[in-house]
Amino acid sequence: MDITKRRKFKNRIFHVLTFLCTLFGVIILSVLLFSILSKGIKWLSLNFLTNFPSRFPKKAGIYPALLGSLWLIFLTAIISFPIGIGTALYLEEYAKESKFTDFIKLNIANLAGVPAIIYGMLGLTIFVRLLGFGRSIISGALTMSLLILPTIIISSQEALKSVPDSLKQASYALGTTKWQTITGVVLPYALPGILTGTILSISRALGEAAPLIVVGAFAYVSFIPKTPFDQFTVLPIQIFNWASMPKKEFQNVAAAGIIVLLIILLGINSIAIILRNKYQIRIKD
Amino acid sequence: MENIIKIENLNFYYGNFLALKNINMDIYKNKITAFIGPSGCGKSTLLRTLNRMNDFIENIKVEGNIYFKGQNIYSKEVDPVELRRRIGMVFQKPNPFPKTIYENIVYGLRKNGVNKKEILDEVVERTLKAVALYDEVKDKIYKSALELSGGQQQRLCIARAIAMQPEVVLMDEPTSALDPISTLKIEELLLELKKDYTIIIVTHSMQQAARISDWTAFFLNGELIEYDTTENIFENPRDKRTEDYITGRFG
Ligand SMILES: Nc1ncnc2c1ncn2[C@@H]1O[C@H](COP(=O)(O)OP(=O)(O)O)[C@@H](O)[C@H]1O
Ligand SMILES: [Mg+2]
Repeated sequence: MDITKRRKFKNRIFHVLTFLCTLFGVIILSVLLFSILSKGIKWLSLNFLTNFPSRFPKKAGIYPALLGSLWLIFLTAIISFPIGIGTALYLEEYAKESKFTDFIKLNIANLAGVPAIIYGMLGLTIFVRLLGFGRSIISGALTMSLLILPTIIISSQEALKSVPDSLKQASYALGTTKWQTITGVVLPYALPGILTGTILSISRALGEAAPLIVVGAFAYVSFIPKTPFDQFTVLPIQIFNWASMPKKEFQNVAAAGIIVLLIILLGINSIAIILRNKYQIRIKD
Repeated sequence: MENIIKIENLNFYYGNFLALKNINMDIYKNKITAFIGPSGCGKSTLLRTLNRMNDFIENIKVEGNIYFKGQNIYSKEVDPVELRRRIGMVFQKPNPFPKTIYENIVYGLRKNGVNKKEILDEVVERTLKAVALYDEVKDKIYKSALELSGGQQQRLCIARAIAMQPEVVLMDEPTSALDPISTLKIEELLLELKKDYTIIIVTHSMQQAARISDWTAFFLNGELIEYDTTENIFENPRDKRTEDYITGRFG
């Protein structure tokens, strides 16, 4: 009797505690969102999106940073997506079990935990200097690709692992080659999972500033990037730049920039969710 | 009687484990041959050596010969992919692709370069009729195959297998996951299909073997104990162990 009571009491305590933890997160997030929205919303306008940065808060716009970010995630996506999926396919479908593949798998997991700034250093050494791409979008995109590749590979591997063996067997039994089975059954089945993982990593690339600062994105850019080899800035750097300005009004401009960044991030994440729900395939047991 | 497959002195190993011991048997054309025996005796293993589906398992070893229409299927000249087009397979659990009914049936053809719509349409209709599924699904051919019942899914899997026009169809306990009515439908279907195909069926149910098969092979611990016409196996088994098994006295 006594034990049951005590157990129930303990259970309640943990219930309340975990609820408080959740509440804590939600409150902090709401306060943050509220403060940003209240500061920035008035500054949002079409002009803000199409203007160049300026010394005058009223005139300041986010256009080059917005384009820079779009360029960056576009290039990062087309670089990292095929390499990431290719690697995952190799590891899950082709590589024989061996110490070497185990070693590679383990190290991909380790790479996913390496701080972003280290990737920045690597990008600076290899892409900016060694390959001579300079402080350009392509250097930034290559660096970002390195940064998110481990996550893409791991989430693609998970998606590939979830493909039921019975489907692969069904495909092989119809006289198909390995590649035909991969394109016919494995990839269609795993694609929603692969895309979700990839899109979420891309949204991570969108929010990162540190490695790009190292690679040499500019804090102030007064032109539009036209090719991958142009100089550039991105939203987080532009926002950081405004936030560190002495003029008080720039805090509000920064907040407006944050809102733009958040909207893009939310947009990307919704695409991921829609894709997942739309193509999620339920296999009856 | 014409044999389509000839198995000669076949040993099969998983690693060091000898799963099939010196199997010798002929499979006859346009007949239904049933493999029976307690679970773990090697029925599935033998079935899967016939279309080389065991190739996907690591560390296996095959000794002896299997001839399909006179050609040794484990010789270097034989492409297992090509072999599987001619020897189809239906699995224990229905495993339709998460695609439409139509795309399930034409999957193998498309992968082999057949893309003409008229041909594919014709194959879909013909195979669905052959597996007696046409009337049930003709309005939802472009709907997901996963919406079908288990029995319908299994008939679809049979349709998918025969769409390739194989010569032999291997079936590994195709009705063990189905209800009695679906089972009966599939059994009727097999009797119909043997006009055009040679069928080898692994079954847990002795009644099923007795009902549909022409030849029955009884396996025990990786050995072929007795292989004869179904009538002889069930009416006058020569081996005591066969008799014990079919009379249910098996421990
Ligand atoms: N992939 C495998 N690896 C190792 N041993 C296996 C494998 N598949 C089956 N076996 C073993 O081979 C024997 C025969 O199995 P199987 O052919 O599946 O029997 P059945 O179909 O008659 O139930 C069993 O002892 C089983 O444990
Ligand atoms: Mg079996």
